[in-house]
Amino acid sequence: MNRSAIIILAVVVLFIGFLAVGLMRGDPRALPSPFIGKPAPRFELPMLKDAEATVGSGDLAGKVSLVNVWATWCAGCRQEHDFLLELEENNEIPIYGINWRDTRPKALQWIAQLGDPYVASGYDADGRVGIDWGVYGAPESFLVSGDGTVVHKHLGPLNRETWERDFVPLIEAGEITQ
Amino acid sequence: MKRWFVLMSAVIGMSSAMAIDTGKAFDDPELQARYEKLISEVRCLKCQNQSIKDSNVFLASDLRREIRRMIAEGKTDPEIIDFLVTRYGEFALYRPRASGKTLILWAAPFLLVLLGGFALFRVVRHRMSLPVDEAAGEGSTE
Repeated sequence: MNRSAIIILAVVVLFIGFLAVGLMRGDPRALPSPFIGKPAPRFELPMLKDAEATVGSGDLAGKVSLVNVWATWCAGCRQEHDFLLELEENNEIPIYGINWRDTRPKALQWIAQLGDPYVASGYDADGRVGIDWGVYGAPESFLVSGDGTVVHKHLGPLNRETWERDFVPLIEAGEITQ
Repeated sequence: MKRWFVLMSAVIGMSSAMAIDTGKAFDDPELQARYEKLISEVRCLKCQNQSIKDSNVFLASDLRREIRRMIAEGKTDPEIIDFLVTRYGEFALYRPRASGKTLILWAAPFLLVLLGGFALFRVVRHRMSLPVDEAAGEGSTE
């Protein structure tokens, strides 16, 4: 084995390493959000339940909250709905909804039938706010700290396990620093 | 058999009927050209191997709408690309911009060519330093 052979072998091993990391990265559709650690995008939407009222960034201020992007056409949203209700019942975190690319009657019916875990939901019919938040597939959940920083983003349905693992430690840390 | 044929032609017909909003977005050919170029360079995040030009999901049509709006408002291409990258990250672009984060992407091909050239140089130099018949012998045994 001369030096060149060792170098070439090292490069091959390096590339196999890249490949292994790429393959074991988990869900390839889960993209890192560019908002983590940055201020949450400003938004102001008509409220789902009351088109005259609005819900927006001002409502999130001063407390740790969860912003949940949902729609009635989204199967994952149905999956996580019971868990969101559980969070609400236990008073674990205030949840604000962004009802994304949906129709008001369907969304209202969903909430009436399945229960309403949200402090309030904004009605984003044309997806404009969804774009501002970098949403590309519901459900998406953003953990926003009291000063309006996006601390964590979860793609796909939430459940107790991911909640305890990915959210709870951050929430506890957030409350200490506030 | 016949039913299959009918079903298949219905499916094929549907896929062309569902084609994207192909109508012109701008009357000005210059703006239209910019629009077409931009939408072919933005990845559809929902359907990751398509550009938003080729995709029919509503996220893609929302993004096309935003790009149309920004072009109409007189925004420049870098401003529009910036809008997308701050929201969806560098991954949204089929041609990531050269920056600190994506440097490795852009530099890797050149580094690999250099590395290959270096390896070749080493091998050739090694062979040239051998006596002629020995070099031929080494080549034939490999």
